[in-house]
Amino acid sequence: MRRVLICAGTGCVASGSRKVTARLKEELDRQGLAEQIKVVNTGCHGFCEQGPIVIVEPGDIFYCQVQEKDVPDIVAKTLANGEVVDRLLFKEPGSGQAVTRYHDIHFYAKQQRLVLKNCGHIDPENLDEYLAVEGYEGLKRALTTMTREQVIEEVKLSGLRGRGGAGFPTGVKWEFAYNSPGDKKYVVCNADEGDPGAFMDRSILEGDPHAVIEGMLICGYAIGADEGYIYVRAEYPLATHRLRVAIAQATDRGYLGENILGTGFNFKLKIKEGAGAFVCGEETALLTSIEGNRGMPRVRPPFPAVKGIWEKPTNINNVETFANVPVILRKGGSWYASIGTERSKGTKVFALTGKIINTGLAEVPMGITMREIIFDIGGGIQKGKEFKAVQIGGPSGGCLPKELLDLPVDYDSLTQAGAMMGSGGLVVMDETTCMVDVARFFLNFTQKESCGKCTPCREGTKRMLEILTRITEGKGEMTDIERLERLAKVVKNTALCGLGQTAPNPILTTLRYFRDEYEAHINEASCPARVCKELITYWIHQEKCNGCTRCARSCASSAIAGAAKQPHSIDPAKCSKCGVCIEKCRQGAIVKLTGKERQLVKH
Amino acid sequence: MSTVTLTIDGIKVTVPEGTTVLEAARQAGIAIPTLCHDPELSAPGACRLCVVEIQNMRNLPASCVTTAAEGMVVSTCSETVVEARRTILELLLANHPEDCLTCAKSGECALQDYAYQYGVRKAGFAGERHDYPLDESNPFIVRDLNKCILCGKCVRACDEIQGRTVINFAFRGFATKVATPMDLPLGESDCVFCGSCISVCPVGALTPKQMLGTGRVWEMRKVRTICPYCGTGCTIELNVKDGKVVGITSTPEGTVNGRALCVKGRFGYNFIHHPDRLTAPLIKQPDGSFREADWDEAIALVAEKFGAIKTAHGSDALAVMASARCTNEDNFLANKLARAVFGTNNIDHCARL
Amino acid sequence: MTNSVKEIAGADFILAIGTNTTETHPVLSLQIRQAVKKGATLVVADPRRTELAVLAETHIQQRPGSDLALLNAMAHVIIAEDLWNREFVQSRTEGFEEVKAAVANCTPEWAAEITGVPAETIRQVARGYATSPRSTILYTMGITQHICGTDNVLAIANLALLTGQIGRESTGVNPLRGQNNVQGACDMGALPNVYPGYQPVADGAVREKFERAWGVPLSPNPGLTVGEMMDAAHHGSLKGMYIIGENPVLSDPHQQHVREALEHLEFLVVQDIFLTETAQLADVVLPAASFAEKDGTFANTERRVQRVRKAVESPGLALPDWQIFARVANAMGYPFNYSGPEAIMAEIAALTPQYGGITYPRLEGDGLQWPCPSHDHPGTRFLHGEKFTRGLGKFHAVSHIPPAEVPDTEYPLMLSTGRRLMHYHTGTMTRRARGLAEFYPSEHLEVHPEDALRYGIKDGDLVRVTSRRGQIEIQARVTEMVQPGLVFTSFHFWEAAINALTNTARDPKAKIPELKVCAVKLERVG
Repeated sequence: MRRVLICAGTGCVASGSRKVTARLKEELDRQGLAEQIKVVNTGCHGFCEQGPIVIVEPGDIFYCQVQEKDVPDIVAKTLANGEVVDRLLFKEPGSGQAVTRYHDIHFYAKQQRLVLKNCGHIDPENLDEYLAVEGYEGLKRALTTMTREQVIEEVKLSGLRGRGGAGFPTGVKWEFAYNSPGDKKYVVCNADEGDPGAFMDRSILEGDPHAVIEGMLICGYAIGADEGYIYVRAEYPLATHRLRVAIAQATDRGYLGENILGTGFNFKLKIKEGAGAFVCGEETALLTSIEGNRGMPRVRPPFPAVKGIWEKPTNINNVETFANVPVILRKGGSWYASIGTERSKGTKVFALTGKIINTGLAEVPMGITMREIIFDIGGGIQKGKEFKAVQIGGPSGGCLPKELLDLPVDYDSLTQAGAMMGSGGLVVMDETTCMVDVARFFLNFTQKESCGKCTPCREGTKRMLEILTRITEGKGEMTDIERLERLAKVVKNTALCGLGQTAPNPILTTLRYFRDEYEAHINEASCPARVCKELITYWIHQEKCNGCTRCARSCASSAIAGAAKQPHSIDPAKCSKCGVCIEKCRQGAIVKLTGKERQLVKH
Repeated sequence: MSTVTLTIDGIKVTVPEGTTVLEAARQAGIAIPTLCHDPELSAPGACRLCVVEIQNMRNLPASCVTTAAEGMVVSTCSETVVEARRTILELLLANHPEDCLTCAKSGECALQDYAYQYGVRKAGFAGERHDYPLDESNPFIVRDLNKCILCGKCVRACDEIQGRTVINFAFRGFATKVATPMDLPLGESDCVFCGSCISVCPVGALTPKQMLGTGRVWEMRKVRTICPYCGTGCTIELNVKDGKVVGITSTPEGTVNGRALCVKGRFGYNFIHHPDRLTAPLIKQPDGSFREADWDEAIALVAEKFGAIKTAHGSDALAVMASARCTNEDNFLANKLARAVFGTNNIDHCARL
Repeated sequence: MTNSVKEIAGADFILAIGTNTTETHPVLSLQIRQAVKKGATLVVADPRRTELAVLAETHIQQRPGSDLALLNAMAHVIIAEDLWNREFVQSRTEGFEEVKAAVANCTPEWAAEITGVPAETIRQVARGYATSPRSTILYTMGITQHICGTDNVLAIANLALLTGQIGRESTGVNPLRGQNNVQGACDMGALPNVYPGYQPVADGAVREKFERAWGVPLSPNPGLTVGEMMDAAHHGSLKGMYIIGENPVLSDPHQQHVREALEHLEFLVVQDIFLTETAQLADVVLPAASFAEKDGTFANTERRVQRVRKAVESPGLALPDWQIFARVANAMGYPFNYSGPEAIMAEIAALTPQYGGITYPRLEGDGLQWPCPSHDHPGTRFLHGEKFTRGLGKFHAVSHIPPAEVPDTEYPLMLSTGRRLMHYHTGTMTRRARGLAEFYPSEHLEVHPEDALRYGIKDGDLVRVTSRRGQIEIQARVTEMVQPGLVFTSFHFWEAAINALTNTARDPKAKIPELKVCAVKLERVG
């Protein structure tokens, strides 16, 4: 039977996949094909930019940016006659070559999808589809053939490390919880994905919720817990919905609840919706929030494994970590450990964003270089611009320069370079990105999201942000750099939780790799990337301007003057530096001046 | 109980297992500054002023929440530690009004003391400061959130001493503040004005309204006594200046109550110097009005009248109503007066009311 | 209290009956909160839905005046379900059989009819009390201010004896005393039937001891209680009265009766710190020192004797009470020669066995809890540990009687009175305490919404409350704090002197007036 897989992840839903689905069903009905062709709404393919995505099986035909109006063609040509609709195929950036098959697209070809394997290929709201792809086989194996200790050993053997932040070995964490005395234990899944630009956990929950549930069940069995919580952000309504459906189905079919698979193992699972605080991604804050209190981190030790929710031993992992567990149990820890590097095993999902061509989710084996991710999978930098830096690990991570492009991506080398794996957010920056401004952006985020509990984070990030703002406004002094470094060091050294301790990372890495940009801002009143508004002046090159008036007509501030066919000029006093004129100019006559260049305007 | 031995600033200290590094240091006579720590409250490890350097430990752990371990080597005054503390103080001062001249807390303000001790003269980080309106919505507690250093003691005192949680942290980042539900003024909240929050506030953010301007901390003589209201018997300290009770404070040494008091105990003292107080014996005149008299006249009249009744009608025509608000000594003499002098057992008091 | 304040936090089961602890004993109530936080079961029995009731796992909202039925039914359950402590009852008590017989018919179903509390709730509470490792009962005037007040207390004691929930830490029968030194006033013999230390005046040997110490013959006849004094004054047998630090015109039931009684007296002396409503009726008013102006001791609810210290001078000519008594005694020809309170304490210690070991130097720090019979005795945290004061603990068979005055067609509502957090007694102090008076400037009457609807009353309306004895006008507060058919207010405000309405009906043993129940009617003014 032919299947048409239509992505129903958040991204594709936003770009209209529900309408496509409805139209397709209607069309199939009309053509009398409804019996022979199955329409499946799947989770995310991780290529959201190209959505809505439609895949036709068998044949693996990959259609992208499909709209309602394209549906008749798909039905008439592909489904009825097996022809490909060329205009809906993906065109490789650069070469422009159209690719028919999903697996041939560069974006996917270099990936190794363990966790995302089912995403986009099964109906997440249908347990049978999960079962058809060996779903709950890992749990079965654990419950029926292994002791609790053996399960923990298997996970330890796999070398799996936490996918949410610091990369603590998962098996060891489970062992702590297992060893903690207590009649009541909990398993918690951290689905409070909060890093700007990261959405791998959401995609997993939307595309393969049972994998996460299965991972939690295996963990519950291993540590001796009979209750679990999934702490999911309320901003993820679709993920929450799919989790609810999945929990209901799993409970219905005996994978959750009492006497699971007839083994006497009991486990119930609850969903707790977060209220949108970034800090609740920090595990102790998350636990505090589950208890019904304001999400603020608490001091460790005691670790959650000893005193977690309501002071009971609790194991907490994030979505991606749990999603790795079923495959480890199915295929074995040593198989899993064969992927990746010596100390970082398996795969990692990255969310590619920023000035990269192929934005989306990429799951790659550990140890792959940054260059491979950004240029092979990601297709390189947009608009032919130069790669400048990549911010990895979210606001707690760091900015790595092009010199580090061949850095193998694993926990330890990233940390050594001053960044961190974090949840796997990967923001690519090109030459038009100001690194001081980037640091300011992230500090603005961490300051706003600081829970306010400890002094260094609450007050320190504020003052660091103020200093950065000052520098981007050209009001900085060289002593500000010193002050920044001092503050950053103290905050890193003294903040209470991981978020506070890592909050200075964007500053420390940009200072480490892009110090000259700071100095240029301070000493030369110059923003080399021409981003910081206070330090740039818009100027029309008199010789290039042909007086087409497009710029003047588009200027909302009426800052551009000049007669038709005569060179125009910008009044700096009126210019709001919005940049619209540059976009309008076909002559490339408008430029941003910074530093000494700005004197051109004055004279 | 098993013990652990650790080295703090070169001094070997042996403490019971489970002791924090902070307590161990204090036992060894080493002072570590703290703002959010309070032995009677849970330890949030929030202010980070008590950080120390511990060999083989990442970063600078907060000593108030780090458990002493065997063989631990701790430095409480290394350059890194002092630098961190100075920076934290600078950060706090950068957002704290420098109005010690008029602040009611001056003289017993932890921030003031530590700024002095660490020589932090001026906040090194100029920038935004809070500008919250003063919360004077009630007659008891003035909240000046501009002075608040967010140590959270008041939040914990309200929760852990009073079991009420009328206040908690609200908002995030620099905008974080201690607030009532819906950020209402205290006077419109569920607050019962026990003032436990005042008793733990290390700075001038929470002050008793009735004491404002009545005297500086160092001018007060504190007289320890017992609350005059219900039968719980809370220990209170009368704050006396120039022969007047200008306020009541509590002390951690309170036998029954610790630092806890209720609104009457902490704030209900103005009656002491109320102009309505009786200042001379009064004798009723035929027209029903009172005139002032001296003791000799009044006592003579009382003795004469009671004596006459006793003679004419017998002892049991007299009665004494003693007082549950007087001291034991007072009541003992009232009892003796009734029984031995009046000659009657007609003595009772309001125990039944 | 048989036990200490801080022991409450260690209890596993707390029955708080007839006590609005968070308002009347705010700091003591923190111990209850601590216990609840640690996982103790809190059961609150109160006709009103007080703050403590909200905190409780179970709120028994019994009808006013039905406590005895509730308590006896609990005893019934404990016996019927064989939850009583055989060993304790056999070795430490007497009179079990009488109580067993007395409560035989007090089934929870029977009690449910009287109290309005579901039988199953009564069963559960009885079980919880009997079977928890450490159960304690706390009570105040909600239990005692009834014509069956003494029996209520005895019924509570029966429960403790039945289950052995007494004589151990965090257990006991714990009346929470409402005034700073009401315990001490009782200890010091400010009672008509006993000398200091509860030594009966009718006991010859005791009397002899005091006669020897005081060098005069003493009356063997127990005297009058406050209520009886008022009655005696009213019909003229009592001629002279010396009232110290009390304001019966506002605090005692049936205000008009009290006022008339005091006006009947030939000679009234009132000694106080303010010219109270009572002092205004006096022939001579003597100005006393406040607590801040004198040295001495208070005994708190847990029998802890603590030092009161002079901080400031008294205003004008005012003197500490003991000095005034000394002047009166001296003028009447009996010399009181004391150098100061410490010397008085020496005499107290010599004559009062429980205070035998108490001296001022020993009271520095945390004071001492009596009994403290000797100078090397550390004081007593909880009573009845080894044996009861009288040897064996005595059960008392007691049975339910309805309140003296119950609602009828003319007076269809029940009125109950009590205290508010912000005020104290007749308000002489708190209403002169700036903040308290400002925050809580006037009183209101709590009326249930159903009754408000019935009588056409809106929240904030001025209403007239009338009983057979008097009437007042007061603002109505429509609230579910009270149960339907019940109205409640405090006695702190002279403007709304609720004791104009209350009943003088008294408990025959303790002579406590039934302030917690009387029948009233309600109407909107204007």
